[in-house]
Amino acid sequence: MRQALAALGLIAALAVAPLGAVRAQGFEDDRLFPAAGPEQGRLAILSTTDTEVFAPVLQGFQDANPGIALRYTVTGSADLYALLAADAPAGFDLAISSAMDLQMKLANDGLALPHALAQPAALPRWARWQDRLFAFTQEPVGILLSRAALGDLPPPRSRQDLIALMRDHPERFDRRIGTYDPRASGAGYLFAAQDARLSDTFWRLAEQMGGLHPRLYSGTADMIADLAAGELTLAYNVLGSYAAPRVADRPDILLIEPQDHTLTLLRTALIPRGAARPDLASAFIDYLLSSAGRTALRDGAGLPPVDGAALARAPHHRAIRLDPGLLVFLDPLQRQRFIAEWSAALLQP
Amino acid sequence: MNRPPGSLRRRLIWQLLALAAVLSLVMYLSIRAVARQAAEAGQDAVLGAAVFAIVEDLRGGPDGVEIDLPYDAFSMLGSVSQDRVFYRIDVSGTTATGYADLPVPEGAAGAAEPVFATVPFRDTDLRVAALASSVLVDRRSVPVVVALGQTRQGQEVIAARTAARAASLGLGFFALAAALALVTAGSALRPVDRLAAAVRRRGPRDLRPVDHPTPQELRPLVLALDGLITRLRTTLDRTETLIAEAAHHIRTPLATVRARAEIALRQAETPEAREALRRVIRAVEESARSASQLLDHATVIHRSERRVDDRVDLSALVGRVATAMTATAELRDVTLAAAPVAPGLVTRGDAVLLESALRNLVDNAVKYSEAEGEVSLSLTAGGREAEIAIADRGRGLSGADAAGLAERFRRGPNVGDVIGSGLGLTIVGEVAAAHGGRFALEEREGGGTCARLWLPLA
Repeated sequence: MRQALAALGLIAALAVAPLGAVRAQGFEDDRLFPAAGPEQGRLAILSTTDTEVFAPVLQGFQDANPGIALRYTVTGSADLYALLAADAPAGFDLAISSAMDLQMKLANDGLALPHALAQPAALPRWARWQDRLFAFTQEPVGILLSRAALGDLPPPRSRQDLIALMRDHPERFDRRIGTYDPRASGAGYLFAAQDARLSDTFWRLAEQMGGLHPRLYSGTADMIADLAAGELTLAYNVLGSYAAPRVADRPDILLIEPQDHTLTLLRTALIPRGAARPDLASAFIDYLLSSAGRTALRDGAGLPPVDGAALARAPHHRAIRLDPGLLVFLDPLQRQRFIAEWSAALLQP
Repeated sequence: MNRPPGSLRRRLIWQLLALAAVLSLVMYLSIRAVARQAAEAGQDAVLGAAVFAIVEDLRGGPDGVEIDLPYDAFSMLGSVSQDRVFYRIDVSGTTATGYADLPVPEGAAGAAEPVFATVPFRDTDLRVAALASSVLVDRRSVPVVVALGQTRQGQEVIAARTAARAASLGLGFFALAAALALVTAGSALRPVDRLAAAVRRRGPRDLRPVDHPTPQELRPLVLALDGLITRLRTTLDRTETLIAEAAHHIRTPLATVRARAEIALRQAETPEAREALRRVIRAVEESARSASQLLDHATVIHRSERRVDDRVDLSALVGRVATAMTATAELRDVTLAAAPVAPGLVTRGDAVLLESALRNLVDNAVKYSEAEGEVSLSLTAGGREAEIAIADRGRGLSGADAAGLAERFRRGPNVGDVIGSGLGLTIVGEVAAAHGGRFALEEREGGGTCARLWLPLA
C-alpha cells in the first residue's frame, strides 16, 4: 500500500508536463503495423521512443518476421512504469524505455520475465541485468552550445571550462541557459542525479547556472527548438542521439561531450510480467541485439547500438550502470532530498 | 567369468566399494555444506557492510531523520552477483521509506551488530540484514531500523557450482578408490592363489609337507593341510608295508609247495597225476611271481617316495642286468644280445629301482619271445638323455595301448598263456616317472615289441 502510494507520488512528480497537461489515460502515439503476410502473431510494444525514430527498427523486425504484426505504443517513462507496476496486466509484451532507473526497479521488483539471449556473447555483461533487463543502445548525454556565444573563444572541453566560460562572460548566458527540470522530467532527474554522483563539479556548475537564471524544460525537443531559434545559448544534458540529427544542418550549434565525464544512457528492453506473447518479445530483443538489428538502430533510427569496443575507445563516456544503485535515486525521500538540494542551487532568486 | 557367490575377492571388493561410496558421499555433502556456508557468509559480509553504510548516512535534521542512501553501497550489492535488492528504513517504528512489506529479522532492535535471516519475500527468498540504531533529532534519540534484503541467486549459483565440482571430485575419488579396491583385493588374495597353485603343481605321489611361504592368516590352513598329508602318507605306507609283508609271507610257503609238488611229480606214476601236479606247479609259479612283483612294486613306491639321489652308472647297470638275465634267457632258448654299451653314462637316482625296472623289461622280453628268438639290449645317449631299448621278436602288442598296459594289474589281450601279474610295466612306468624320465612301449617293425626307457643324464 505504502509502496503504491510512493509510486503514485513518483508518477505525479515525473509525469507533470510543463503546462500541467497530464496525459492520464491516452498514449502519445498508438499504431499498428500489420503483418506483411498472413498474421501469425501480434507483438505489443510499449515504448518511450518516438514512433518516427523507431519505425526503421520495427520495419527491420517485420522484414525478418513477416508474419508478425506490431502494435507500437509510445508513452512517457513514468506512465510506462506505472502501467507495468500495476497489478492488472497492461496488455503489452515488451517495454522499451530510456528511463534506466524505472526499468531497473521493474526488474528488481520481479515484474520482468526472464529471457535467454540467443547470442549471450554479443551483449557485454554491463549491458544487462540478470536475464531480465537488456540494454540495446548507448547514448551519450552532451551539451549543445551556440557558436555565436563563444565569439572567438575556444569551445569548452569540460565542465570546468564551461564554468570558467560562464563566470567570465555571464552576459552571454544570462537567461539563455536551458536544462532539464528534474522535478518534471524523469530523464532530467536521472542525468542530474548521475552527474551529482560522478563528480562534485556538477554542484559548482549548478550554482553557476543558478546565478544566470536558467530556463527549465521537461523535454529535449523544446530545448533544442529554443536553441535553434536563438533563444538559448546553451542546452545542458541533452541526449546526443536525439540532438545530433536535429542540429546536423546547423554549423552554428556545437554538440560537446565534456571530457571530465559524459554520461552514457542505456536504452533498455524488458518483457513485463503478464506478457501475452513473451516468445515474440524474446524474438524482438534478440533482433535488437543481432547485427541486422544493430544496423537498423544505427543507420535507421540514429541510435548507437551497444558496443563495448566503442565505449572503451571513449574513456570519458560513463555508461550508467545497470545495478541496484539506480534504485537509490528512486527512493522518494532520497528524491526529495536531491530535489531540495538541486532547487537550492539552481533556483536562485 | 562368473565367480561363485561365496567369493572372498568379490566380498572384499564390494565392501571396499561400499566404504569408498560412503566416504565419497560424505565428502560431497560436507564440501557442499561448507560451500553453502561460505557463500552465505560472503553475502552476509557484503549485506552487513551495506547496511552499516546506510545507517551511517542517517542524520538528524530539522524535519526529523534525513535519509541519504549510499549509492555506492547499493551499487556494490550488485557487483558480485546481479541479485535483486530490497530495503526498508523504519523510523520510530513506522516505515519511512523503502519496501514496507520487507520482513525485518527478529531481534534486530537492540542489537549492535547486523542481524541476518533468510526470509520468504514475494516470489522469492531473501537474505536480509537488519541493523538498529538511533539518530538524534532535536536532542531526542529516535530509534531507526534499517533492513536490507538481497535475493540468493548468486549464492545459489556459487553453491551449485561448488556442488557440481564436489560431485565430480567425489566421483573421481570413488573411481580411484574402486581401482584401488580391485588392486587391493587382488594383492590381498594373491597368497591364497599362490598356495593353491603350489599345491596344484605337486605330482600325484608328492606327499611332502607343504613348504610354501604363507602369510600368518594362512598358516592354520597350511598346518591343517600338512596334518592331512601326514595322515594320508602314514595310511599309504601302512598299506604298502602290508602288501610287502603279505607278499613276502606268501612267497616262502609257495616255494615249499612248489618243491614238494616237483618231488611228487617225479614220483607220480599215472599220467593223470602228473598232469595235475604240473598244473599245481604252474599255478604256484604264477602266484609266486605275482607276490614277487607286488613286493617289487611296494618297494618301488616306498623308495620313490624316499627320493634316493645317488649317481648311478647306467652302463654298468645295463651290463649287470644283461649278465644276470642271461641264465633265465638260456632256459627258454632265447639269446640275450647286449649291444656294445656306451661307457660312462650316469644318471641320478636309485640304483635298486632302476635295476628292478630293467629286470622287469628284460624279463618281459624273454617271456614273450619264441624259442630260438633274440632279445637285444642297448644303451645310447641322445642329447641330455640316455635311452635304454629292449627289443624282442615276440608276439607284439596286438594293438593294445602302451599307456594302458602300464596301469596296475592290466595285461595285454594276447598273453593269457604266459604267467604274469600285470604289475611289471606299472613298476617300469613308476620308476621312469620317479627319475624324471619316460617310458614307451611300441610295436617293432618286422614283428615284436620294443620297450624304451629314457632317463635324464646327470
